[in-house]
Amino acid sequence: MTPVTAPPAAPSGTTAPRPGSVRRRRRRRPVRPLPGLLAWALGLLFFFPVLWMFLTGFKQESQASTNPPTFFFQPTLDQYSAVIGRDFVPYLLNSVQASVLSTILAIVLGLPAAYALSLVRVPAWRDSLFFFLSTKLLPPVAMILPLYVIARNLGALDDARTLTLVYTAMNLPIAIWMIRSFLVELPKEVLEAARMDGARRFTEMRRVILPMIAPGLAATALICFIFAWNEFFFAVNLTASQASTVPVFLVGFISGEGLYWARLSAASTMAALPVILAGWAAQRWLVRGLSLGAVK
Amino acid sequence: MFTNAPRGVPLVAAATGLALVATGCSGAGGAGADGDRIVTVATVSNPQMEDIEALASEFNDAHPDITVEFVVLPENQLRDRVTQDIATQGGQYDVVTIGTYEVPIWAENQWILSLDEYAADPDYEIDDIIPTVRSALSHEDQMYGAPFYGESSFLMYREDLFEEAGLDMPERPTWEEVEELAAELDDPDTGTAGICLRGVPGWGELLAPLNSVILTYGGQWYDEDWNAHLDSPEVEEAVTTYVDLVRDHGQSGAPNAGFTECLTTMAQGDAAMLYDSTVAAGSLEDPDSSSVVGDIGYVAAPTMETEHAGWLWAWALSIPSTSTDPEAAWEFVSWATSKEYHQLVGEELGWERVPPGARVSTYDIPEYQEAAEAFAGPTYDAIDNVDVEQPGVHPQPWTGVQYVSIPEFQDLGTLVSQEISAAIAGQQTVEEALAKSQEYADQTAVSGGYRD
Amino acid sequence: MTAQTPPETARRGPRTRDLTRAERWLRRGPLLPGLLFVIAMTQIPFLFTVYYSFQSSNLLRPDSDSFAGFANYGSVLGDPLFHNAVANTVLLTVGAVLASLVLGLGLALLLDRAFLGRGIVRTLMITPFLVMPVAAALLWKTSMYHPVYGLLNWVLSPFGVQADWVNDFPLLSIVMVLTWQWTPFMMLIMLAGLQSQSPEVLEAARVDGAGPLAVFRRITFPHLRRFVELAILLGTIYIVQTFDAIYMITQGGPGQSTTNLPYFIYLQAFRSFDVGEAAAAGVIVVVATLVVAMFALRVVSSLFEEES
Repeated sequence: MTPVTAPPAAPSGTTAPRPGSVRRRRRRRPVRPLPGLLAWALGLLFFFPVLWMFLTGFKQESQASTNPPTFFFQPTLDQYSAVIGRDFVPYLLNSVQASVLSTILAIVLGLPAAYALSLVRVPAWRDSLFFFLSTKLLPPVAMILPLYVIARNLGALDDARTLTLVYTAMNLPIAIWMIRSFLVELPKEVLEAARMDGARRFTEMRRVILPMIAPGLAATALICFIFAWNEFFFAVNLTASQASTVPVFLVGFISGEGLYWARLSAASTMAALPVILAGWAAQRWLVRGLSLGAVK
Repeated sequence: MFTNAPRGVPLVAAATGLALVATGCSGAGGAGADGDRIVTVATVSNPQMEDIEALASEFNDAHPDITVEFVVLPENQLRDRVTQDIATQGGQYDVVTIGTYEVPIWAENQWILSLDEYAADPDYEIDDIIPTVRSALSHEDQMYGAPFYGESSFLMYREDLFEEAGLDMPERPTWEEVEELAAELDDPDTGTAGICLRGVPGWGELLAPLNSVILTYGGQWYDEDWNAHLDSPEVEEAVTTYVDLVRDHGQSGAPNAGFTECLTTMAQGDAAMLYDSTVAAGSLEDPDSSSVVGDIGYVAAPTMETEHAGWLWAWALSIPSTSTDPEAAWEFVSWATSKEYHQLVGEELGWERVPPGARVSTYDIPEYQEAAEAFAGPTYDAIDNVDVEQPGVHPQPWTGVQYVSIPEFQDLGTLVSQEISAAIAGQQTVEEALAKSQEYADQTAVSGGYRD
Repeated sequence: MTAQTPPETARRGPRTRDLTRAERWLRRGPLLPGLLFVIAMTQIPFLFTVYYSFQSSNLLRPDSDSFAGFANYGSVLGDPLFHNAVANTVLLTVGAVLASLVLGLGLALLLDRAFLGRGIVRTLMITPFLVMPVAAALLWKTSMYHPVYGLLNWVLSPFGVQADWVNDFPLLSIVMVLTWQWTPFMMLIMLAGLQSQSPEVLEAARVDGAGPLAVFRRITFPHLRRFVELAILLGTIYIVQTFDAIYMITQGGPGQSTTNLPYFIYLQAFRSFDVGEAAAAGVIVVVATLVVAMFALRVVSSLFEEES
């Protein structure tokens, strides 16, 4: 093992953790090819089904299920044009609205709540925290009928705003748990700095704590967004023609008559593309955000 | 100390307000120009319904004041969704697509409107609707659903493989003959199954073909006094035949194969025979989805004790009693199930895409006869020959072939189909599966209040 | 690292008592909007569910509603299909959570080192988590598991493996799909845990002559404990509620071998339209999982411990 120069002691308190020091350490390790190759193999293995779905979207139905599998084929855009021909855009807009707004709401409501449950420690914080979690334990299928009846009486069926609120409630417990885990792990010095009085304190909060947990917030937001975007059960039950979202559009291609796998693959690819791109773009934050909480 | 913390509150209020103010967007599934009257149509996803959506602009041209919006869902989700909405008086839909199973039950509950008054309009030509289909969609002699298309079942077989093997398909095969043919044609070396049959649980999946076999063997679910008879020798013989056939000479993965999987198997040339819905023929004759175009022969559903053995299903358009504008809804229903619509589909989209099994006159259109030459005749005969009042050997206290028209059947049928599917998977014997099924059926008759 | 701290009630007690009433409300202030929102959105439907659970009510028989007392609870708890669903849920959840956790940890360890194209591999790895569960389930059923057209059999046939996956190993098939979907999530949390280790401590240990295994056992693993617990907690909450994969792949079959609790409740609610029994089953599930969660969080886990 290469000799080590001790990295500079991490400056405590007011600055964000520095991944730089971590990276430097790694670079100096001798590179062994085997773990890298193994990681590549597993990565490709996990990705392969998605790639296959992507490819299937460019096939004719008769090529979608064959034995042996069809690897080489004349790609066709038939499936995509059929999908787009079904007026995809309104579904997309509804999905964007419900996912983005519910994510914002979950963060806006979740951040103060997590703050109260960690740095302030309101009385019975454990019970509150546990209560939030417990709301995730009722299977949606068991409460869909009550929800439907309530929404009907409020005239809120088939309304994207209803979905927004339902998704916020669905994601808020997770958001609070995640944000809280970042807040409780903030370095002591930061907390002490924040423990000054009055207006100063709020400024400190905004200037110090928020920037520090920003990657964590981004990670939380991304997770909320993914769950909201992919949510199917509430979407199919609470909407009809006006507020339907992309997953509902997607299952519309599961045909009761005739073959549909190639076309569904095209639709699935289109439906998944926004989250896949968002996920790929934000994955660095995701790891940093999730890990940030534990850096001391 | 924490004087600033509550500042979060206005922020929350603002964000909530933002969410609430944001408009509901333009609406998914909208179809064309603005109109004062909105008709929301819940449809099952299949090619025929896609065609309706594609042609909705024509309807709009004729009815500029009506806007049609579609909700497209797979069969199961549609059924769950629409039942929930109508049972709770949700009022989300003006037109719902339901099948022959639901129509009498929903009519009994007064969830859907009788269409007789509307359909009396001579332009609609109600007498042109195929009589068996019309009676399957009626309750107390009133029509509650306008058939969009209908299907029966028949036996499809590969003429080329039969010729190669030197075999002949009888014009009216029995199940015993089918067993022998399947054994001859089953070829593990080339991966060709002797026959493909559904095996996936679900009352609309496995039970559809299986019940048509049970009926023709002289079996029945209930007698006229609602005594269950799923453990009778006739039922056992029928189910044993079905299970053995699919286990010994059927396709791989049978316990998870439904209509789509069987269709894929047949379309890929991996089965010599397929006993399934008549609508499968359209896909099997379509070069984009099938590699066996032109090789398929069609004969009537195999029989034993009865003269005919096909099932009967139709997707129909009904108007929920919660619809706010039933007149506009009828305008759409009558348009989509009219003779003119069939002409329109033929001219605009191709004659092979005309919805089958709804109107007699469809089968007199020369272009349609030509386009659907291979299967139009057998399809019509299969539908026309069904006896929905008494499809089997014994009289039954309900109308319908491959199902029992009681609300409890969805549950009962699902349970029974799970047991039979497990028998197909080899997890239990047919006797065991039927013993449990008999118990379920017996309980259902009592708990549903059909007998003491 | 988890710093063990004295029970926090001892520390908090006097502080809380010293506060004035107004101060206490100010402290609660930030919590209230979120708390009230969640109560409104989840507890009102839940109360309705409790109400329905005491009613005999069938959607398909309007006007048949009547008070049923505990009859629905009795028939659900006495239903062998319900017992079967409980067992399946436990197997499914434990199997999928453990498998994805172990795989996720292994992958995170691999990805924690530098190698060519590490960013790309991480990108590939997280993709399964982003695909819609409905689409993922159909993808596995149609393209992977199918006994004739499935890629799994095609890949394994040179080794003499030819299985009808979904029928011969129904629970395993579902567990595999769930593992595929949830491994990326577990991996991300594990990776976050690994990357948040203090480099100084690791280096110090190495300088002291500790081998990689010893470092993992003595330093990395204790450090990861909170992350493992968080991953198990979040994973379990979602995997217990698995519905799409079962609905799309097996419909709960063959027989009842993959019917889990959500699917069981679905069958009650949408096949028999027995609103009362479905609600009762839902309430039973909530109470039972609440007890398990309470035990796990308060007795076993360190997540509720007071941090430094």
